[in-house]
Amino acid sequence: MNTPAPLIEVEQLEAWYGRRRILHGVDFSVKAGEIRVIMGGSGSGKSTLLRHMLGLNRPAGGTVKLFGVDMARASEREKLDVRKRIGVSFQGGALLTSMTVGDNVALPLREHTRLDEQTIRIMTGIKLEVVNLGGFQDLMPSQLSGGMVKRAALARAIVMDPRLLFFDEPSAGLDPVVSAELDELILRLRDALRMTIVVVTHELESAFKIADSITVLDQGKVLMTGSTTEVRASDNERIQDLLNRRPRDVQIDADQYLQRLIGEDA
Amino acid sequence: MNNGIEKESSAELTLIRLRGEVDLSWSQQVREAVLDAQKLSRKVGVVLSEVSYIDSSGIAALVEGFQNARTKQGGFALVAVSTAVRSVLELARLDRVLPIVADASAIPEAASVPVWKP
Repeated sequence: MNTPAPLIEVEQLEAWYGRRRILHGVDFSVKAGEIRVIMGGSGSGKSTLLRHMLGLNRPAGGTVKLFGVDMARASEREKLDVRKRIGVSFQGGALLTSMTVGDNVALPLREHTRLDEQTIRIMTGIKLEVVNLGGFQDLMPSQLSGGMVKRAALARAIVMDPRLLFFDEPSAGLDPVVSAELDELILRLRDALRMTIVVVTHELESAFKIADSITVLDQGKVLMTGSTTEVRASDNERIQDLLNRRPRDVQIDADQYLQRLIGEDA
Repeated sequence: MNNGIEKESSAELTLIRLRGEVDLSWSQQVREAVLDAQKLSRKVGVVLSEVSYIDSSGIAALVEGFQNARTKQGGFALVAVSTAVRSVLELARLDRVLPIVADASAIPEAASVPVWKP
């Protein structure tokens, strides 16, 4: 039997913000049915990698393929077709503040399908029940707590039953109980709805609970990709710093330091 | 496995057998099959033993069928639910709401919300 092509294939991805190099030749691939956690400290390039996978940023070099489609070279139609098969739960929720929670969650179904309104209403209700927000459909986003916004955003991300779900910082800002519930939900979404899930997080406990495999990013480079056991056993100093919450020992280059203070071209 | 719907109908009971992966591409057919069957028969059972995947549009069709049966005082149940379908029902806790029976002879006379016992 042939091994199926990975759902996500990132090869030699380069990213720059201005003159600052954010990603250095990143390789990253995820198989169908896998839960992959992207872990790394602030500024490690996690969110930039995510933005490239969503097609929000164009690669300065390298390729990003989702479902075998090169997102930088795909036609608008091909990109739309890919986007219908992915769901994204953004860190801040990104709910539309002028719409009720129910209308926010139903939005992808209304935009991308021709389902009758009754079916849309039931599907929306089911997903709100899944994230423990049953009965909240008539509230406005401003009437929700931070944790509820996050769960409503997840309901919207999964309302089309996407094959591939991206989840940016699921645990950030949540109380430990809701955070643990979300971890459990991520596992059940994979098992029941056969989703492939990519989670970006710096929460160690959550990462090790849900991940099949972990990619550790540091300063725009992939330090390693491996199982939770392999990552724990790694002898890489930066990985152990992350796992043991040790502060970084910042290397100082006197010339570069002065250049940054005086001006890039000094 | 090929997707498909088969029906066995009488005035008393229609059994709708679903096969394969029930998703957005044909879940509206499932919805119509259930609603049509409820016009014809007093009791309707949806047999799900050969369903390997069901998405929430498919589940929505089953929920609507159940609600319709409650309005009409008809019988409705999911019959011989596969593990794959059960895990989706459990995700939304619908296994505690929709009537689930082992075989067609157990489909209740009138739809009511089952009393859920852990």
